[in-house]
Amino acid sequence: MAKKLEKVDVVVVGSGWAGGVVSAELSKAGYQVVMLERGKDQTRSDFIGVKDELRYSNRYEMIEKLTGDTITSRVSIGDAALPVRLQKDMNTGTDLGGGSMHWAGSVYRWRSYDFEIRSKTIERYGEDKIPEGMQIRDWGITYDELEPYYAKWEQTAGISGEPDPLGDKRSNEYPNPPMLASPAIKLFKESAKELGLHPYQMASGNMSQTYTNPDGETLNQCMFCSFCTMYGCDFGSKSDPLATVIPTARKTGNCEIRTNSLVRRVIHKDGKATGVLYTDTRTGQEFEQPADVVVLAAFTFSNNRLLMLSDIGEIYNPETRKGTIGRNFTGQFNSTFLGATGFFNDKKFNYYMGAGGLGGALSDYDADLFDHTNLDFIHGGGIELRQYGDAAIKNNFVPKGTPTWGEEFKEKSLFYAFRTLTVWYSAAVMPWWHNYMDLDPTYKDEFGDPLLRITNKLTDQDKNIAKFGIEKCAEIVEAMGADIIDKDELPDQFDHTYFGMHYIGGVAMGEDPETSAVNNYLQMWEMENLFVVGGSALPHFGSHHPTPTIGALAYRAAEGIDKYLKENGGLLTQPKASSVKA
Amino acid sequence: MTNNKNSNQDTQDLSRRKFLKSGGLVAGGLLGGSLFGGLLTNQFQKGTKDEKTPQADKPVSFDARTFFSRNEDFALLSAATERIYPENKNGMGAIELGVPYFIDRQCASNWGRNADDYMHGPFPTVIKTDGYKEEKRPNNEVITSSSVVKVPAGTANYQTKMTRGTFFLEGLTAMEKTSQDKFGDRFVNLEPEQQDEILKMFEKGEVKFSGVDSSDFFNLLRQTTIEGVYADPVYGGNRNMEAWRMKEYPGPIMSFLDKIEEEEFIVMEPSSLRNYQGL
Repeated sequence: MAKKLEKVDVVVVGSGWAGGVVSAELSKAGYQVVMLERGKDQTRSDFIGVKDELRYSNRYEMIEKLTGDTITSRVSIGDAALPVRLQKDMNTGTDLGGGSMHWAGSVYRWRSYDFEIRSKTIERYGEDKIPEGMQIRDWGITYDELEPYYAKWEQTAGISGEPDPLGDKRSNEYPNPPMLASPAIKLFKESAKELGLHPYQMASGNMSQTYTNPDGETLNQCMFCSFCTMYGCDFGSKSDPLATVIPTARKTGNCEIRTNSLVRRVIHKDGKATGVLYTDTRTGQEFEQPADVVVLAAFTFSNNRLLMLSDIGEIYNPETRKGTIGRNFTGQFNSTFLGATGFFNDKKFNYYMGAGGLGGALSDYDADLFDHTNLDFIHGGGIELRQYGDAAIKNNFVPKGTPTWGEEFKEKSLFYAFRTLTVWYSAAVMPWWHNYMDLDPTYKDEFGDPLLRITNKLTDQDKNIAKFGIEKCAEIVEAMGADIIDKDELPDQFDHTYFGMHYIGGVAMGEDPETSAVNNYLQMWEMENLFVVGGSALPHFGSHHPTPTIGALAYRAAEGIDKYLKENGGLLTQPKASSVKA
Repeated sequence: MTNNKNSNQDTQDLSRRKFLKSGGLVAGGLLGGSLFGGLLTNQFQKGTKDEKTPQADKPVSFDARTFFSRNEDFALLSAATERIYPENKNGMGAIELGVPYFIDRQCASNWGRNADDYMHGPFPTVIKTDGYKEEKRPNNEVITSSSVVKVPAGTANYQTKMTRGTFFLEGLTAMEKTSQDKFGDRFVNLEPEQQDEILKMFEKGEVKFSGVDSSDFFNLLRQTTIEGVYADPVYGGNRNMEAWRMKEYPGPIMSFLDKIEEEEFIVMEPSSLRNYQGL
């Protein structure tokens, strides 16, 4: 029997950027907040002196352990889904701060085109440009409406950067100047410029200087030590929830953080959420935490599965194309981040140095900034050269045709270590009627609850956009003067590798309850005191990393929750039937 | 687009560059005594390994098997890793770097026991196919351990009930059997070219054993060997950071703030996790 705890104003499930922003804002506004995190507590000292490639990059120290549960995966509705069993194939965040603790730190706003993708595509190319079954739609919010929230998140996170010359309008500058450019980045930018493109220094959550944010949290200057992606930062130089929103929430005295607390159900009665049921993972003891407002701000998979297990909303059915929970699933998988790799015989780069958000970028082939009239895809991608800093296990690049083991491999991989630069295309991903999430009929978690099942197929759109991007990347690598240029190969089909944590949707925002689960405050249409915040809210995948958009929407949701509590309830926006049915 | 056409020329080129680089290093004062010795020995005294590193610098070793009970299995594993990462003019091979002990310890760890992975059944029979082809199955079919499921070759899905440690034991047994069947002798007694032939058969998935595809075993063996070569020496491989020296990788370093804009490649005497933690 679950032990019933004292009611609070707001219970927040998850402690990453989404849960962190919401908890900080609401506890600052004076509400009593309880934040629940399934993973363990962690502090900065967990990250000091532990730069160990094997442990973090190859044994996934900071990635959720799959002992208790995972997802199952298949390509088509007719296939049998099998569990994704290994951490290397299934990356999601866990522990205090969530996946945001081991992100790289690359920062991009999504484009004005993204938020009105259906209208803008039809406006320029006509309705026939959108293939049958591609479920793109406008988001129910425009870039201009979301812009102030982007700006707010960037101030909190202390983003270092310069404006994209092809970017949408900004209300202010980034709070910190761009990161220093290494010789490899300079080469990328100069070569792209010669081709008539518009490169710039990508914005980052790694700090170019010491910075104190508007909440009074101080971040330190980045040391370019290279241990960012898959690592916690030991200098407090990477913007993450432990450096920003979590201490901000704590110091209000209004936010209680409970770790090792695995939420398993949203409890509801008469169409309203009353609280959540969770298990203390150390003792097995069950608790019920009642609250006026419930916020699901966990990872995409957990947000979706919690709604399905709690019987809230209608699970999407691909046969009828009805239902909204699990709909609009997208992710950056094996057809994204493809490009070209250059091998330089006479140049050696200090590529063991770097930072997760250190790189050059350009947007000439992004969104609808180029004409798609004669192209067999919509949207586009960003082009990047990233200097993460390569450690020794990862850095074994050899030109195509070289054996992958043996003496020749050894010799060539040692020669080309630090002589290899990759330029890739970070392609957008569109939602389709056949890509979705539901519950698996076979596989169960440690409590006997069904696992989440992903059905995801690569389409011609995905392959065509990738092919286009690979060619553009190869042109740049050639201009950079590489002696050997290897182009990435297109995958035949989705490979069930969930690497990189870019998987979103399923509780998507919009203005029509027929096709969306939440409104533009991320409030559930059919349960007004339940807000579902995070990657799950994004209706399609823009061409870059989703973190800033998740952060911006979290600020928007926090404002909505405050309004909801002040005004004693009600839907914050009224539903509209879309003029076009996806 | 490969540069295989003139690999002898490349090789000579590599040696010359390395020699020039070592000269630069001395001038820059970055070079430790053992590294200097190592480079010199590799360059000019090939084959006189004993003088490579002064004995006094060598830490006392307590390496011993803690997972592989049978010495025969360990000897086979050692020989296989050495073919994947052989000793050559660049420097030490897998055996001298301690890779077999690295793998032994990894097999005994949480990773080798799949303690952090989803290992619940059912475990259907998985058949690999060439390209992806949609299966016709009922939408809500419940999979059982007697189900047969086709997946495209090359997918990363791990669907065996075996832990990685068991997978290693079964794989090594299958390699020994293949060696006996094909060459009538133990793997460790084969010529290097014959050993490579066996490894290639496994790499291509030509050997079936214990309900798995031999290419999955080969990939595990290859990846774990590379990890053992280049992981921090605390795990038993990359002995004395020799693999990092070969790669000119410096290990974990506090800050590159003053070096990130540097045009020239900087070679540093490597530093280990132990150094980084100030021990």
